[in-house]
Amino acid sequence: MNLKDNKTLQLIALAVFAGFAPWLCIMFGGNYWVRVIDFALLYVFLALGLNVVVGFAGLLDLGYIAFYAVGAYCAGLLASPHLATSFSYIKDAFPMGLHTSYLIILPLAAYIAAFFGVLLGTPTLKLRGDYLAIVTLGFGEIIRIFLNNLDRPLNLTNGPKGINGIDAVQSFGISFNKQLNIAGFDVPAVVLNYYLFLILVIMVIIVCARLQNSRIGRAWVAIREDEVAAQAMGLNTRNLKLLAFAIGASFGGVSGALFASFQGFISPESFSLSESIVILAMVVLGGMGHIPGVILGGVLLAIFPEFLRAILVPLQNLIFGHVVVDAEIIRQFLYGCALILVIRFRPNGLWPQVRVAK
Amino acid sequence: MNLIEITGVNKFFGGLQALKDAHIKVAPGQIVGLIGPNGAGKTSFFNVMTGLYPADSGQFSLNGKPYNPSAPNEVLRAGIARTFQNIRLFKDMTVLENVMVGRHARTRSGVLQTILKTPFQQREEKSILEYSYRLLQYVGIENQADQLAKNLSYGAQRRLEIARALATEPLLLALDEPAAGMNQTEKNELKELLKKICGDGTTILMIEHDVRLVMGICSEITVLDEGRVIANGIPELVRKNPAVIEAYLGPTHHE
Repeated sequence: MNLKDNKTLQLIALAVFAGFAPWLCIMFGGNYWVRVIDFALLYVFLALGLNVVVGFAGLLDLGYIAFYAVGAYCAGLLASPHLATSFSYIKDAFPMGLHTSYLIILPLAAYIAAFFGVLLGTPTLKLRGDYLAIVTLGFGEIIRIFLNNLDRPLNLTNGPKGINGIDAVQSFGISFNKQLNIAGFDVPAVVLNYYLFLILVIMVIIVCARLQNSRIGRAWVAIREDEVAAQAMGLNTRNLKLLAFAIGASFGGVSGALFASFQGFISPESFSLSESIVILAMVVLGGMGHIPGVILGGVLLAIFPEFLRAILVPLQNLIFGHVVVDAEIIRQFLYGCALILVIRFRPNGLWPQVRVAK
Repeated sequence: MNLIEITGVNKFFGGLQALKDAHIKVAPGQIVGLIGPNGAGKTSFFNVMTGLYPADSGQFSLNGKPYNPSAPNEVLRAGIARTFQNIRLFKDMTVLENVMVGRHARTRSGVLQTILKTPFQQREEKSILEYSYRLLQYVGIENQADQLAKNLSYGAQRRLEIARALATEPLLLALDEPAAGMNQTEKNELKELLKKICGDGTTILMIEHDVRLVMGICSEITVLDEGRVIANGIPELVRKNPAVIEAYLGPTHHE
């Protein structure tokens, strides 16, 4: 009983902190830092999606960023002038360009990404571990290369130049690219986006937690532990694995669409292999299969590099009077060191799952 | 009518014929033993029967209805649950969770119901939990419900595997060497447990090497040798069957 009260209290404290976080950022560092935590939320979103595939079902996916790309291009094509400028018949139908509402785009992005998830899952059902990793890695690259080259013969993706002028989310009477005045109080656009992302991340957390503590979640873990025994216990391993791929991918798709709306610009280089690896690192570092751990991993790995970037130059100026080593190099170096240390001393992640049945 | 009736099973692994026209019949409410020397094809027979390996030929019928052992999950749904020779638990799940996984095939809440936490889904979750806990009590390991499966003693792991199989409400419980590696006390306890399961209405087919255990609880025995059924019948007759003695001890040479 006491323990439960304590937990509720912690949750309330966390919610209050999450609610005030952007204002703290503005107080101490300005809008730049709000952007950083906006991106941190997108990364948490992605990490939670990948966690369904890697953490719950144990399917090592190195091409996860492809679903992010699918979602982003879904928004990019449906909410920008791009298609109208490259296809005359679309221009005739929509002279102002396509400006689909995000209330349609977000579910659509989830759906299309889930379709791609199943597309990736189906041929890889019999693969595990390293072999699955290689195929998924290839899949991620294929998607990126497609996006890079689908500007000819028909200009579908605008190739490496990317898609510009993507609409921001404009729903519920709020434009998420303009500052909003609430009773004489100005709320900057980045803060609005923060709250939008926060609400969606909370929804994803709830979905993940409910799935985890259900017959489906247990079935995924069983497949991860011993696929033969799982099937012998009546689990339709094929459908369950495809389900994990589809759900994980749909989260990736939604966050990709949010990314596109937030940036207003997307290009294939945002969806490189290194991004897939960063997201996987978030999941592994935080604690595979453990939702709070994955959130922690996502927040840390998204903010830590920005934090280093901000302090390394002033720090070197202070000590040496000038910049000795480029901040980017030190950042990569420390990032690598941090990963090695965590793997060495906390192989199950910073905040691993403690399995106790209720 | 027999609960399970399997005839004419052939199984090749490349050029090797592991099963030659193998067959078995199990009447409901019985404990039937499947014995034979090492390499006789007992586990292959189990694997074919439960859909783990596809059979090259054979007729399979369960409870009067033909079934097609094409996939293990389908066979389980039809009503045959099995355990494995080398225990295959979900090691990093708790004991209770292992049994709860066994309930999967008999429950049906989908993704949407789970995400929305519908009353049906919550009732079902509660029933899964209660059913599983009762099964742990049934096999006598409920005080270890929160342990990880891998931390259980060998005998308890065997019991857990049986509980997990029972959670699927099988018509036939197929046990692959349930007593392997057990000491005499554990074997006696296992014997009591199997009798109790059978008494409560679940038919058992078991592969077992321990002749004393098999003779003690099985009402009928089928003997496999080199993939062929060489004898079947009540234990007393099987024991005296010259073909069985020859299979186990080698052919007798007359000078």
